[in-house]
Amino acid sequence: MRSIIHLSKALVVAAAAVATLAAFNAAAQDEDTIKVGVLHSLSGTMAISETTLKDTVLMLIEEQNAAGGLLGKQLEAVVVDPASNWPLFAEKARELLDLQQVAVVFGCWTSVSRKSVLPVFEELNGLLFYPVQYEGEESSKNVFYTGAAPNQQAIPAVDYLMNELGAERWVLAGTDYVYPRTTNKILEAYLKAKGVADEDIMINYTPFGHSDWQSIVSDIKKFGSAGKKTAVVSTINGDANVPFYKELGNQGIAAEDIPVIAFSVGEEELSGIDTGPLVGHLAAWNYFMSVAADVNDDFIDEWLAFIDDEDRVTNDPMEAHYIGFKMWVEAVEKAGTTDPAAVQDAIIGVTVPNLSGGTATMLANHHITKPVLIGEIQDDGQFDIVWETPDLVPGDAWSDFLPGSMDIEADWVELKCGNYNTKTKECSGQNYE
Amino acid sequence: MRVRRLLPALRLLVVAPAFFCVSATAAFAAENAGVQAAVDALNTRSFDDKRAAATELAGIDDPRAAVVLEALLAGELFTERGSGRLVIATLVDEAAGPRAGYALRDAVTDEDLGETGRRGARRVTVNNALRRYLRGLVAGLRLRDEDANNRITAVRAVADAADPDLGPLLRERLAVETEGDVRDAIATALTVFDLDSPDEATRLAAIAASHGNLDGTVRMKLTALASDDADSGPVHSEAVRDAAKDALAAIERTVARFQTVETILFGLSLGSILVLAAIGLSITFGVMGVINMAHGELIMLGAYTTYVVQTLMPGALEYSIIVAIPAAFLVSGLVGIGIERGIIRFLYGRPLETLLATFGVSLILQQAVRSIFSPLNRAVATPQWMSGSWEIVTGLSFTYNRLYTLIFAGLVFVALLVILQRTRLGLEVRATMQNRSMARAMGIRSARVDALTFGLGAGIAGVAGVALSQLTNVGPNLGQGYIVDSFLVVVFGGVGNLWGTLVAGLSLGVVNKFLEPVTGAVVAKIVVLVFIILFIQKRPRGLFPQKGRAAEA
Amino acid sequence: MLMARLLNHERGGWILLAVLGVLAVVVPVANLAVPPDSVFHVSTYTVTLLGKYLCYAMLAVALDLVWGYCGILSLGHGAFFALGGYAMGMYLMRQIGDRGVYGHPELPDFMVFLNWDALPWYWYGFDQFWFAMIMVALVPGLLAFVFGWLAFRSRVTGVYLSIMTQALTYALMLAFFRNEMGFGGNNGLTDFKDILGASLQADSTRAVLFVVSALALALAYLFCRLVVTSKLGRVMTAMRDAEDRTRFIGYRVERFQLAVFTASAVLAGIAGALYVPQVGIINPSEFQPLNSIELVVWVAVGGRGTLYGAALGAAVVNYAKTVLTGTLPEVWLFALGALFVLVTLVLPKGIVGLWRRRQQSRRDLAHA
Repeated sequence: MRSIIHLSKALVVAAAAVATLAAFNAAAQDEDTIKVGVLHSLSGTMAISETTLKDTVLMLIEEQNAAGGLLGKQLEAVVVDPASNWPLFAEKARELLDLQQVAVVFGCWTSVSRKSVLPVFEELNGLLFYPVQYEGEESSKNVFYTGAAPNQQAIPAVDYLMNELGAERWVLAGTDYVYPRTTNKILEAYLKAKGVADEDIMINYTPFGHSDWQSIVSDIKKFGSAGKKTAVVSTINGDANVPFYKELGNQGIAAEDIPVIAFSVGEEELSGIDTGPLVGHLAAWNYFMSVAADVNDDFIDEWLAFIDDEDRVTNDPMEAHYIGFKMWVEAVEKAGTTDPAAVQDAIIGVTVPNLSGGTATMLANHHITKPVLIGEIQDDGQFDIVWETPDLVPGDAWSDFLPGSMDIEADWVELKCGNYNTKTKECSGQNYE
Repeated sequence: MRVRRLLPALRLLVVAPAFFCVSATAAFAAENAGVQAAVDALNTRSFDDKRAAATELAGIDDPRAAVVLEALLAGELFTERGSGRLVIATLVDEAAGPRAGYALRDAVTDEDLGETGRRGARRVTVNNALRRYLRGLVAGLRLRDEDANNRITAVRAVADAADPDLGPLLRERLAVETEGDVRDAIATALTVFDLDSPDEATRLAAIAASHGNLDGTVRMKLTALASDDADSGPVHSEAVRDAAKDALAAIERTVARFQTVETILFGLSLGSILVLAAIGLSITFGVMGVINMAHGELIMLGAYTTYVVQTLMPGALEYSIIVAIPAAFLVSGLVGIGIERGIIRFLYGRPLETLLATFGVSLILQQAVRSIFSPLNRAVATPQWMSGSWEIVTGLSFTYNRLYTLIFAGLVFVALLVILQRTRLGLEVRATMQNRSMARAMGIRSARVDALTFGLGAGIAGVAGVALSQLTNVGPNLGQGYIVDSFLVVVFGGVGNLWGTLVAGLSLGVVNKFLEPVTGAVVAKIVVLVFIILFIQKRPRGLFPQKGRAAEA
Repeated sequence: MLMARLLNHERGGWILLAVLGVLAVVVPVANLAVPPDSVFHVSTYTVTLLGKYLCYAMLAVALDLVWGYCGILSLGHGAFFALGGYAMGMYLMRQIGDRGVYGHPELPDFMVFLNWDALPWYWYGFDQFWFAMIMVALVPGLLAFVFGWLAFRSRVTGVYLSIMTQALTYALMLAFFRNEMGFGGNNGLTDFKDILGASLQADSTRAVLFVVSALALALAYLFCRLVVTSKLGRVMTAMRDAEDRTRFIGYRVERFQLAVFTASAVLAGIAGALYVPQVGIINPSEFQPLNSIELVVWVAVGGRGTLYGAALGAAVVNYAKTVLTGTLPEVWLFALGALFVLVTLVLPKGIVGLWRRRQQSRRDLAHA
């Protein structure tokens, strides 16, 4: 008897609990605006890098609205915080696409966050603009990669070291995750194709946030004292860089002796470092704040005014969002609708100005064309551009230097496939009807 | 191989005349016009043209030439906006950086041109290749410098440039040089040149002379000579190769010995950081039994204090770190006392609940720092006296920041030991921790002792933060990286035993460093963790368990 | 009869089971049968979100069994959860078959990409669902058994045990981050296609997973009740409150501890296995010591020592997290931190304790 009373009370509570579910569905549908999702971590370990990108998108939206909006409507930013937690990225992506019904999402930084949201975007047919240099080996119908593919950063950088600085011996140092692994594999294959011997390549991986670089730097020093010009290609991630460069400086390795070229160190990262010991070391990007172009000056002025802090810097992923945003706007105007399917078709071939005075074109493999710049770190935290590719480099989703992917091609116009195997003539795993 | 050997030869075609001109004392009269033309030629975008202009400039025997080259090397040579004239620009206000503008002087005439704003002048850029080349040029000019250390640097730069034709210049110098260290440096440089000599006897003599020489360039040359497939000229005989192999083997033995010493030093350094991070915890956790999960954040506060102190005293970078030590102790200590009075005193005897509460505190502190200082890392500069490395002997060196950290960790340890063993506070702390009610009965105000003890532990954590700010990032996540390690060190060493913490920290550091070359950094760390887990199963109270009745509590 | 014994004087338990029962019926119906524009429609987003909460709740119940009833505070339960998740993830990876981007018939994409030419031995068998399910329970269970056997035998308890479990999950995190381990490194396992032939992207599959999670939570709860209401449960409480005395009475304390610890790890592993197909990714950050500590807080917030309280705590804290990270990201850590401090200082028995205290005072009033 008692238990029946319990049960009835329990049922009342349960009903109340279910009623609160309605709260989840309280997403108001407002037809007067176009919603733009922003999926960048604002807390947790990645907040350091991603908060800036959120602000960049907000600035671009404000600018677009001031210029009259898009298709006669105002843009409305929907900002969520996936808190550097990868499953949370998938959850928040679903929230944006399913509940908020956003037209497009700008977001993600790490590869794992992109991998985490990818199935959600493919299932709900959303649009994601991904602004960070990455390892390639991917081309999704729903993702537009506005950051550099390995052939737009790593390979030109190695060419520079080899041809301009005469490097013959190579240290490939990276944090142990997918981007460095892939990049180093591509570089290793590339170097060997250029006739570099096995014993002239040293590969080293360290965990995230590695802070004790004594032994590794000492090894690099020994490796570099073998009589050939040695260069370090660094795919060391974020936080581990400061102790690494400090150790290099303290152990007396100057940039003239053993230059380090980094793919993950930009203006934003340098603003948290005492740059003294780094002067002369290199970085390869597709944009530097120091690029001499009017459009860049305007962008910097606008950014500093928007963020209201004279000391802030601009960096490469910000430019990627700038390009991605302009491309999306142009594609929407071309298609006359924000419908993702229409935009996916319309955006291929769209050309917009980039911030270094040239243009960027969206290719059929959902990557874009970019110039490659090499900069030397200066003591004010900026880069002096010492070299650039004569032409724009088209992004290549599948590396030509990896055995698994050299036969694979991405083409969303002719082949309608992100991973078409030219040998077997098959498009594996992706079937969108 | 052939290309590499050709390069210096090519280079000497350009450089050698320049140096002969410099060394020639009977110089033709300095023509300002010549200097002006060469300096003006530096204003070009092409690095090749800059190189040619610099070479020409070095060839002119005029004191301004050296000044301009050094300015170019230091990144102080600018072009004035508008006039395009080359100027030497120095920051008006060192601390404020380029925002305060530059003071300009004409590069050739040294005329004072007043000050200009941030964008009033543009730097003449230098890339790595050019910078290295310039260093060689300037070194040639500096061989007669008054400071012996500058002479050594110059000699090494000449040796690095590997131009055998600079040999006469060095021999000339050796004849008049009196300073022993400089003579050694020159001798090594000459050995390097002789190893390349076309004459076999000279070569063999040089090889004999290089036994036990740990200089990197010497080893490099010997490796090339010992290599079987080397095509280094007609006199590359069997005798040379064998002699080189012998010399190399001797060097390798010394190197291997040094390597062991070096690994121990690296291990002690890593260990000293572990000790610094853990020693505050060995008070709060070991002595008081509080599982202080906010310990890492107290370290972080110390590091941020260093940053704030440095920002507050921009002109005195060299001393700011000394000031930061007591400041960090106070800041973290006061926060610690706050935590103790506000939260922990309600939770004594419930160690697992202190874990939860202090974890909450750690989240709040992290987010507070993120809100106040932004999530970006802060740049903490390293003072000059902590940069670079101390060369114990040639081929074996230890970086200064690590050396000072090691010494500092020792000092902190001794200070703590003295406080606990020799002061009244220490006596009261020990009494309270051993038997609270008895201590109270003897008239000790246990609440005050608790607060001070926790404050002491927290303050030490802050001091550790000052040291860490010199080694790693100063950001909101700084503390998280050390918390797990700190607990393990304390538990491994034996809770409540300072000596245990010291031994545990240092030995874990050394073990880690010996494992690292074999297994890689990640596996080394995993192995150490698994070792501790297993060790604790064998000896649940750590290396040095507390004895007596206190252990039962 | 058994139910009556399990749920005697356990009103919270009744409510928990009733809520689960209602959710298991209403949510799938409201998601699948009700048209999307209706007010009563439950979106797929909500279904996966609730499914996730259910898995967390099950994990919290598992932790409460060892912490609340045995007094063993494990700071490594996240590791068992993640191991169960990886076992499930490996099955799901094998189900992809040749539909990976490289179209390799056997190897998952990340192995092709790292130039592996054969499947490592420890991946064998995971193409069979039954094998994977055994592993889901066996791997965390075995790890807990070995670890517990070593630890409890040497009487490593209390704070020491907590720190050792933390070291365990930390070491596992470092190990799984390594690409050489063959578990996908930092990216972990992702891009799952289907489970038992049903597409993971279909709403119906999600609904089924949701119902299974609700069922699993209910069973886990009942299992734990069975344990704590049995004679074993009373020994456990005795151990928690006075370990030495229990030992002197003649109980082999370490055996009981080991049995409960292992059972709890298996439950955590099952929760992880249900979690992975719903969120679509498993990667080494699940091993973070931070996650395990957060888990302890769910239990503390809900009410340590009451199994339904642990489930409630997991749901409440995670709901607050979802809401706050959406609306006020800067405030989230302040709120979470303050919650920890307040719960330990003011609410040592959690939300459930608060509720009980109110009930008690009302009863006292009625009697007065």
